[in-house]
Amino acid sequence: MNTTLGTKTKGETAIVFASDYLNKISGERIERECRRQIEGGCETLIVNFKNTEIVNSIGVSILLGVIDAAVNSGTEVVFSEVNRDTSQLFEMLGLTNHVQISI
Amino acid sequence: MPENQQKLIHAFSALADLGQEVAHKNNFQEMIRTSLHLLLGSLAIMRGGIARYSKYGNELNFLAARGLGDDFPLSAAIDISDEQEFLSAGMSEIEISQAKMLVFFQRYQRILERKNIEIIMPLIIRDDLVGMVFLGEKASGEPYNSTDREIVRAMSRHIGVGIHQRNLMVELERKADENRGLYDAMRLTYSDTVKAFANAIDRKDKYTEGHSVRVGKYSEIIAQELDWSEEEVEGAAVAGYLHDVGKLTVERSIINAPYRINAKESAELNKHPAVGYDILLPIHHPYTDVPLAAKYHHERLDGRGYPDGLKDKEIPYIAKVVSLADSFDAMTTDRPYKRRRHAYEIVEDLSRNSGTQFDPEITKAFCRGMLNELTGKDKRKRYRRLLGREYMEAEGLVPMLKRALNGMDATSPLTFMAIN
Repeated sequence: MNTTLGTKTKGETAIVFASDYLNKISGERIERECRRQIEGGCETLIVNFKNTEIVNSIGVSILLGVIDAAVNSGTEVVFSEVNRDTSQLFEMLGLTNHVQISI
Repeated sequence: MPENQQKLIHAFSALADLGQEVAHKNNFQEMIRTSLHLLLGSLAIMRGGIARYSKYGNELNFLAARGLGDDFPLSAAIDISDEQEFLSAGMSEIEISQAKMLVFFQRYQRILERKNIEIIMPLIIRDDLVGMVFLGEKASGEPYNSTDREIVRAMSRHIGVGIHQRNLMVELERKADENRGLYDAMRLTYSDTVKAFANAIDRKDKYTEGHSVRVGKYSEIIAQELDWSEEEVEGAAVAGYLHDVGKLTVERSIINAPYRINAKESAELNKHPAVGYDILLPIHHPYTDVPLAAKYHHERLDGRGYPDGLKDKEIPYIAKVVSLADSFDAMTTDRPYKRRRHAYEIVEDLSRNSGTQFDPEITKAFCRGMLNELTGKDKRKRYRRLLGREYMEAEGLVPMLKRALNGMDATSPLTFMAIN
């Protein structure tokens, strides 16, 4: 398994770890990393939210960007270890139409 | 918590963040990018963009876009009829299905449909179209409901205000630049006019050709040595250039007399400071003391000068500067009845008369500047250009300047006596 700062890859699967508060600076860094993995040909992209307490509107917009890029390349996206509040937010806003959520 | 309520809290939180962003961000581009994130994230809109309207080119220029791809145009032309349509409708969203009569839509229909743009929102602030927001489909796949539209409207208004403020700022900066240009041009015209005057004054006296210009330059040097501001230095130069303007009314035969003039002629000549003052007073100079410099440049600290026999502190400071510059030039140029003297003799004279004729602080500043140039500490060659290299490098000048500087008290002895 290859590990870089905030990212792990295993075969065609990449796991990107989100930070504690998904705002613009940390969010755009994660988006860049996700896009890099998608462009690198990963088939499954897992965004891990185990450290994330809050996702605000900017965070949602950034995750939509990741979803859009993944859809265009046929990459499956999974949001893992999402806390209850964030999971409810994703469901309420319809992100669950595009990604699998695992709590 | 009911889902609707939760949605509203999420959207209002985005609206609050947007308000802060528009009010406090100094970086306009960054403000627009963040605003787009907030708008898209508040309702989970998959794609969108914010464009600024340029009324000069009648086009929309995109400032931020997400999910629109590389094939989406960076700018889009707006027809005048479209602009009128937007303005009459006010700030309300237009569903793309209802926009088909717009020339704008017909022109960009294919790309707008391909990118799933569902809503366009003209940004109208104070009856001006300042930009446009384009919004694609929601992640939920649901159509925009009335609450969503309210939220889009409220957030777009904030973005519009941000663009409007930026436009005002740009316009303000443009006007400031324009004014600065005009001011510089006026200053140049003023400076050229002053120099032309100085030349006209000097033409009257064939023996002292260039005198006014040199007095202007010496006054400028003194002001620089006194650490005056750039504007004050310019003012000192102007005062020097114009100090003898009153001579324009004095008979040429008196000015050019190849002998020591008699008392009557001298009285005539001595009127020139007051006449100069009268000439200069009605002119609105950017520097206030120019007429005073002309009037009092022949006053002395000990009260033996003319026209009013003023003493020390009664004499305007600028007149003291010009007085030294004037006397120094008179001593360092040939006169019909007198050849110019050696530089060290003149410095000795300045030093001896410091406190009685000349202000010690000004004399010191003038001598310090000269010494610094001679010792290489100051590379500007301000004195050399006026006096000539050979004259400046005469033997004995450096030691004399050092002696003079050591011997001069920066406080006028007359002032000192008055305090005692």
